[in-house]
Amino acid sequence: MRSFGMGQAINQALREEMLRDPDVFLAGEGIGVGIHSSPMLPTAGLLKDFGAGRVKDTPVSEAAIAGLAVGAAVAGLRPVVEIMFNPFFTLASDMIVNHAAKLRYLSGGKSSFPLVVRMKSGAGFGAGCQHSHNLEAWAAHCPGLKVIMPSTPADAKGLLKSAIRDPNPIVFIEDMMLYFVPGPVPEEEYLIPIGQADIKRQGADVTVVTWSKMVGVALKAAEQIAREGIEMEIVDLRTLVPLDKRTLIDSVRKTGRLVVLHEATRTGGFAGEVAAVVMEEAFDSLKAPLRRVTGPDIPVPASPPLERFYIPSEENLILAVKEIVL
Amino acid sequence: MQISKQKKIEMLRSLLLSRKFEEELTELCKIERKIPGMMILCTGQEAVGAGVCAALQPKDVIVTNHRSHSHLLAKGADPKTLMAEIFGKRTGCNKGKSGTLHMAVPEVNALCTTTVVGGGPPIAVGIAFAQQYRQGKWATVCFIGDGAANEGSFHEALNLASVWALPVIFVCENNLYAGAQRYEEHTKSPNIADRAGGYAMPGVVVDGNDALAVYRSALEARTRAVAGDGPTLIEYKTYRWRGHGENDLQIYQPKEEIAAWQAMCPIPKLRGDMLAQGLISKDELREMENRIDAIVQDAIGFAEESPYPEPPEALEDVFA
Repeated sequence: MRSFGMGQAINQALREEMLRDPDVFLAGEGIGVGIHSSPMLPTAGLLKDFGAGRVKDTPVSEAAIAGLAVGAAVAGLRPVVEIMFNPFFTLASDMIVNHAAKLRYLSGGKSSFPLVVRMKSGAGFGAGCQHSHNLEAWAAHCPGLKVIMPSTPADAKGLLKSAIRDPNPIVFIEDMMLYFVPGPVPEEEYLIPIGQADIKRQGADVTVVTWSKMVGVALKAAEQIAREGIEMEIVDLRTLVPLDKRTLIDSVRKTGRLVVLHEATRTGGFAGEVAAVVMEEAFDSLKAPLRRVTGPDIPVPASPPLERFYIPSEENLILAVKEIVL
Repeated sequence: MQISKQKKIEMLRSLLLSRKFEEELTELCKIERKIPGMMILCTGQEAVGAGVCAALQPKDVIVTNHRSHSHLLAKGADPKTLMAEIFGKRTGCNKGKSGTLHMAVPEVNALCTTTVVGGGPPIAVGIAFAQQYRQGKWATVCFIGDGAANEGSFHEALNLASVWALPVIFVCENNLYAGAQRYEEHTKSPNIADRAGGYAMPGVVVDGNDALAVYRSALEARTRAVAGDGPTLIEYKTYRWRGHGENDLQIYQPKEEIAAWQAMCPIPKLRGDMLAQGLISKDELREMENRIDAIVQDAIGFAEESPYPEPPEALEDVFA
């Protein structure tokens, strides 16, 4: 297997799906000609290979970009549009929340909206809170949207291919820091089903439920804490909606302990939903109170030490695990 | 431009059908708990839907808004399933999930009714993009009101449509009110169409109560759209007789103003011209009116007799 970052894996997925289906097109700000030019980025080279008819650089108009996706989808195309940074979800949100998510239901199932909105997210590049703000819980709170947040290049590729083929609107959130973290990606074509969590590490003592960039944090923490004889099981949700409750509950039933880890802020974060599901369906198997490890309830600060303070770390996770295991 | 007798009859029929359909709705709304939700009617401004849709081909798409009934009927939607939807019945065009405010009728390419003000233009841009992408000779019409022209999404959509020369026609029905706010209170510029210049597209102002003028202007915009010459913004000056919902007391609309616009009703104008020119006889007109009356009564009967959905049906149709 070859190894490369998530940006290149997404690039492969887009390329393969565009070759497979002529109705797939891309649109977004700077996706053809952008301010960066690196083969590690998701849309690198696609304009050259597919032309300006299928790789559409748009004006800086997030509502129009998202509306383009909604309209093109109901007319039978397969749009994959990019919202440059997750906080700009606000500008696109009417089209995504009130239209992409609801119009199928409002049509009584007559119309379909097969579209993918890719959003780049994550703290770690010092840009501050208007460029770094994880809003996956907002998307997950809207019935009619599927929400995917992969942690590895291989998962990103297989899930994005499934997303493009799915008949529903999908919010696909990519942590930009992962573009540059290499991982093995199978050579042959494959799909990963939407709605299946993946156990990234087996362990008997505590279940850590997480997704996206925090999976890497959890894996590092697991290695450290294993030296002290504590075995973490890491459940990578991969898809927040639909939520793979089975895998989550089975793991908690096995370990009897739960920590939920995400980079997004705490109040109203998706950890609350995971916790509630476990309380409703596996309360009797809990040996200790659950814990959440999340960003604090502050906007993401820009200064490097402040930003590092914001992003949940291995130390934060280990501390939380020890509180309920020891 | 000569307009055929057949086209004129089609428009007159469309005007009469929409008017009758909505007059009945006004009466039905007086009955306690008969019709759920808000009932926002286009009574008085039907010439826009009739004239624009007469200029369209079946494969052309419309995206509409709060005052959608005349647009949907003129595009060919079945009055029975529309009425059943308005009643909230299972046999409605959207199984009762939409109600009057969001009816989608993809069978006649009425792909989207959105009542988030300003929601339509970006979606119309996407549909027009699909038409351009597939190199079809079809166009998309986006009906909006004057209020929507003050939403940011309107400007994003017009700009993108113009930059990409998309086959879309933005139809603004300026009915003088956005909610309870009169036009002068929400917009400084005398015409919404003036904004077209900012996006380098033609902007035209047309009498929205003159069905034939509406038809001509829409046909011109459609010709331009399908030729690849890009979008047009047409502003139709018209007036809404009813409020923002049938329980709107309309205290902000002067009675004399309503009366003055009622005197400019689009129906007698077209009907009078057609009678004078001998395009329709009094007998033929009476027959047309009787047929329309029967269609609307049938639609109401169908809606009344249809069952409500069972509560668990609420859980269906979220995902494909």
